[in-house]
Amino acid sequence: MRARSLSGSGTPWSDRIFDVVVYVAVIFVTICTLYPFLNVLALSLNDSTDSVRGGITIFPREFTLKNYSTIFAFSGLITGLKISILRTIVGTLLGLLSASMLAFTLSRVDFQGRKFVSTFLALTMYVSGGLIPFYVLIKDLHMMGTFAVYVLPGLVSAFNVFVIRSFIDGIPYALQESAKLDGANDFTIYWRVILPLTKPALATIALFLAVGQWNSWFDTYLYNGSKDHLTTLQYELMKVIQSTTTNVDNFRGRNMVEVMAQISPESVKMAITIIVTVPILIVYPFLQRYFVKGMTLGAVKS
Amino acid sequence: MNVRKSSFWHNLKQSKYLYLMSLPFVAWVFVFSYLPLWGWTMAFQKYKPAKSFFEQDWVGFYYFKELFHDDMFIQVLRNTIAMSVMGLIAGFTIPIIFAILLNELRQQLFKRFVQTISYLPHFVSWIVAAGIVTKMLSTDNGAVNELLLSLHIINEPIQFMAKGNLFWGIVTASDVWKETGWNTIIYLAAIAGIGPELYEAARVDGASRLQQVWHITLPGIRSTIIILIIISIGHLISIGFEKQFLLGNNLVRDYSQTLDLYALNYGLGTGRYSFGTAINIFNSVVSVFLLFTANGIFKKITKESII
Repeated sequence: MRARSLSGSGTPWSDRIFDVVVYVAVIFVTICTLYPFLNVLALSLNDSTDSVRGGITIFPREFTLKNYSTIFAFSGLITGLKISILRTIVGTLLGLLSASMLAFTLSRVDFQGRKFVSTFLALTMYVSGGLIPFYVLIKDLHMMGTFAVYVLPGLVSAFNVFVIRSFIDGIPYALQESAKLDGANDFTIYWRVILPLTKPALATIALFLAVGQWNSWFDTYLYNGSKDHLTTLQYELMKVIQSTTTNVDNFRGRNMVEVMAQISPESVKMAITIIVTVPILIVYPFLQRYFVKGMTLGAVKS
Repeated sequence: MNVRKSSFWHNLKQSKYLYLMSLPFVAWVFVFSYLPLWGWTMAFQKYKPAKSFFEQDWVGFYYFKELFHDDMFIQVLRNTIAMSVMGLIAGFTIPIIFAILLNELRQQLFKRFVQTISYLPHFVSWIVAAGIVTKMLSTDNGAVNELLLSLHIINEPIQFMAKGNLFWGIVTASDVWKETGWNTIIYLAAIAGIGPELYEAARVDGASRLQQVWHITLPGIRSTIIILIIISIGHLISIGFEKQFLLGNNLVRDYSQTLDLYALNYGLGTGRYSFGTAINIFNSVVSVFLLFTANGIFKKITKESII
């Protein structure tokens, strides 16, 4: 931290104006960021017929939980919630396992395949086959209409591997050597020595993976759009939001629209938006110091 | 020869766990990242899903010719480049300015609070973001229209989401709203790396805070900015389709369709896989070309390389 002259008397007036400008700008940005969320929250907790009158800012005028109880009566939402939670857990665990294993092998100087694996992975960051070839591949692998399509295709991410590897590179190699002298094989070293020491990096990657899984909707739309038992929360939200905008051509929803006829669609949208956002709100502030470090590490390397 | 061979096997045996831990994933990457490249052959065939690879009719560059002669292609390319360039400019300048502002805050607790808030939009999905943007810009009780009305800047609500000429700006602004806080992380890290003695010396010389920002902070993060610009140029035309898909609608289609959305609507939507693949190939090839060009220029200027 830089020590600055904090006493007012010695500060030139230009610096004081500077300070005012800085604070005004930062507060303006903070309000712009936060207000929409608070507005949506207030609307979700406000009586839906009252909301139509307008004028709701960040406090509900006629408080009610009816919007929430209505949408929870809809079975698609419960299925969506289950599948979203399941894919987040499974996808995150598998992603962590693959990224950390690959990162471990790449950090080993004595591993002959190191150069090849590293290049093979790095190339995937620059070249991609594109949407259509990927879609055809998923179809040919018979993964359409399965849960596997949520967690398997994105299993290995080069970026995650490189972030973890640069972290492992910072762990003294002597630790691995002494474990080896004790007769541990490479897998044991990975599991018992490296993994526990990599926790901060793993926390970052886990957050990225979990948020990615929780937020994805396009795979549901593309591969499982007609499978009601495999729907996700984000996809349900998308159907509701798209249904009342003019984007009707993409709309494939059914039951939710009937539910919405009972109460104002706006309030339903707001309530689902909050439900989808709350889990993220609970998690990310606590992992802040990890992901800030992870981001910096990853960017420096790549 | 014999000795080398046996040492190879010896090594293989020695690091068998390392192979076991990496090769399955390498196979994985091969299937999901490299096999789609094989799918590029579809663009040169009259691809029929029911037929095997050897039964397809080969048509050479037919679909590329069709693509380049399609009137919509020019429009789509224009949209892609326009939104990309706007995103690039806004996505660079605003986070840099915000990072500098954050760095100038004196109360650490307030700074931490602002940072935490600013990361929030990054973590919500584009569906949530698009829903929020649509709500804020809506004609009935949308916050932006209400604010403009109460300030008497406009007399009746603007139909933001129905005006094609506003679409690029809305996409860019949404992106700025969502990612500015997140993008400051890297700049703040770079600023933290600048030696405090530089500021000390500047203060002794009587430099104002603004002068310190201009002459020390900005030059101090110059190389970080350049590296990030190079990476972004590589991704210039692969801006995807998510925002455009979720924020767009039929009324603004002439302005919202990007290359990927075009491939989705006209390739997948109508079952014209070959045509869609040709669009994807065009996209990938231009991206790689841009990346290498940007990297080459960067190399000349700074004698450093990111690839």
